[in-house]
Amino acid sequence: MKFVDEYRDPRTARKLVDAIRAATRRPWNIMEVCGGQTHSIIKHGLDQLLPESINLIHGPGCPVCVTPLKYIDKALAIAAQDNVIFCSFGDMLRVPGSHQDLLSLKAQGADIRIVYSPLDALKLAQQNPDRDVVFFGVGFETTAPTTAMAAYQARQLKLANFSLLICHVRVPPVMEVLLSSTDNTVQGFLGAGHVCSIMGFHEYLPLAKKFRIPIVITGFEPVDILQGLYLCIKQLEENRHEVENQYQRIVTQAGNQPAQQLLQQVFDVVDQNWRGLGIIPRSGLTLKADYAAWNAEQRFPVGAIETIEPSACRSGEVLQGLLKPEACPEFGKNCTPEHPLGATMVSSEGACAAYYRYRSHND
Amino acid sequence: MTEFQLNCPLPLQYDQIVMAHGGGGRMMQQLLDSIIRPAFSNDILEQQHDSAVLPPAAGRLAFTTDSYVIKPLFFKGGDIGKLAVCGTVNDLSMSGARPLYISCSFIIEEGFAIEDLRRIAQSMRDTAQQAGVDIVTGDTKVVEHGKGDGLYINTAGIGIIEHAQTINPGNIQIGDAIIVNSDLGRHGIAIMLQREGLDFNSPIESDCASLTAPIQDLLASGFDIHCLRDLTRGGLSSCLIELAGSAGKQFNIMENNLPVRDEVRSACDLLGFDPLYIANEGCFVLFVPQAQAKAAIETLQAHPNSRQALQIGTVTDFHSQGRVTLQTALGIDRVLELISGEQLPRIC
Repeated sequence: MKFVDEYRDPRTARKLVDAIRAATRRPWNIMEVCGGQTHSIIKHGLDQLLPESINLIHGPGCPVCVTPLKYIDKALAIAAQDNVIFCSFGDMLRVPGSHQDLLSLKAQGADIRIVYSPLDALKLAQQNPDRDVVFFGVGFETTAPTTAMAAYQARQLKLANFSLLICHVRVPPVMEVLLSSTDNTVQGFLGAGHVCSIMGFHEYLPLAKKFRIPIVITGFEPVDILQGLYLCIKQLEENRHEVENQYQRIVTQAGNQPAQQLLQQVFDVVDQNWRGLGIIPRSGLTLKADYAAWNAEQRFPVGAIETIEPSACRSGEVLQGLLKPEACPEFGKNCTPEHPLGATMVSSEGACAAYYRYRSHND
Repeated sequence: MTEFQLNCPLPLQYDQIVMAHGGGGRMMQQLLDSIIRPAFSNDILEQQHDSAVLPPAAGRLAFTTDSYVIKPLFFKGGDIGKLAVCGTVNDLSMSGARPLYISCSFIIEEGFAIEDLRRIAQSMRDTAQQAGVDIVTGDTKVVEHGKGDGLYINTAGIGIIEHAQTINPGNIQIGDAIIVNSDLGRHGIAIMLQREGLDFNSPIESDCASLTAPIQDLLASGFDIHCLRDLTRGGLSSCLIELAGSAGKQFNIMENNLPVRDEVRSACDLLGFDPLYIANEGCFVLFVPQAQAKAAIETLQAHPNSRQALQIGTVTDFHSQGRVTLQTALGIDRVLELISGEQLPRIC
């Protein structure tokens, strides 16, 4: 495939592995921020090609994994109401809330639909004027602009039967929190390519400077990831701490400015709770007051929800890179994709699910 | 004086199925006479008994059944009728049987367009003719509007095994070549794109096809066929994992050899799916001794739906629970696992 095969070429990948081996003189801990990168690393077995001294840490960039349980419970409470069509991206349906997940609720008769874009949910609202259509907007800066567009269009159209349950989060603040932690072991970052395609990478410049840490904006194919690692290791070995852009075919420093303007127009930046990580200042996006009429949390007061986090789940440590999935005592025993204790075992981008799927050792 | 005839004004023409079409009365007879019998006509069906009376067969019999529930009913590359005939014929073929007869049971939702039923019945007739089977018995039920999904079809099939080979997972041997006849994932992706209204520039058609001809050709050519299995729901991975478990063997397949069309791979990348787990309806996997692999592939390649037949891997070892490993393009072995439930599209 044009523009894809060259980034999956085994010979190029082998050359990069050799270059990484030649460049590596000391052990380094490098975090790939994005869950899509984690998935790709494990699927292609890239980590097994690296020198043992390179420790890849799987970051908090899986949108399903970091959505707080409270929002899953709110989603379930709204989706259970009469006359509601509840729309979500596919992989949110399996995430367990305190008592059940959206797939189980769907099986009990709730009208829950998988959509590929918030604009599909908006269309559903136009086609079903006598039903309340709610879209569950989760994810990073990658998905937030289309949610913003749906909110913007709903307001323009004065669409009274459409609302959004918003739990969008921003990447730079969580990177800052990880780096500020006394437990931090991360020495270099592979930046999330999709997020940067929207936001550019100007926000990373002060982070790299403040924490003296290399950040390499990286794509998702095997060659992208190995090249990103090579650039990051080279910086570490040369004691440099710059922001580099491996993903130049997609990402520019300024990013997609119309998308950024739309985000500013529709959302306020707020402090946000991340599942397993706690409250992170200025890390969330919420609908501005102008959009209150389209805010599902205001339209559907679902009362006080008591969330119950499974006590045995240690996904918070996994998301911070403090625990490898396989090192968790529950991994593959009491926690499997069929019976997940936490979201990292649910999403295809979750580190635990990726390890379970691609690293099974059933001898 | 003009003769007066008392006549009940029975409505003769409907565009849609109504409950009376399943009521066993005159309207049901009209439906059968106007659509079903003309489409499926053959000597056994025309006996119009409660059951089809079949001539004796010289050989072991194979018997199978399956139900077909699909949305949309008409899709690129086929429809529910073609799928129902191919599915049952292929199940028979995979046991090494030559398909002879199938049954057809329609469960139709009130309001279903009669013209659509006619198209589906004609599609079943055409597919059955191509596969060399007769539709010899059947049933029609109508359910209330809202209690069905348009149309469900159940088919059962009988085939005859005319050879002495033992074709089953227990006969898979270490050293066997693992061969597939066609590219992977087309049916599942075609259905999904059409169902979700996702518009891709390159149209992807289902691979839905009868596999009778290539299998009969393999049998007639005298290959030692150790096992056959069609790749339906769950795709290649799920099929191989199941077979490896039944056989107590380890299989190794090579990522570089797996046939996946570019447009299918692109759609999978976009949606976050793995083509190895996507449904097919015209693909099968074949286990033969390595020494016969090349000739078996050449035999398959003579058939239109098996032109891309190739070896994708080998049976490598004993393994008590069965194991399938995939050697990635970068030379790393990873274990293939059954997925939990359906693949769901990811967020980004």
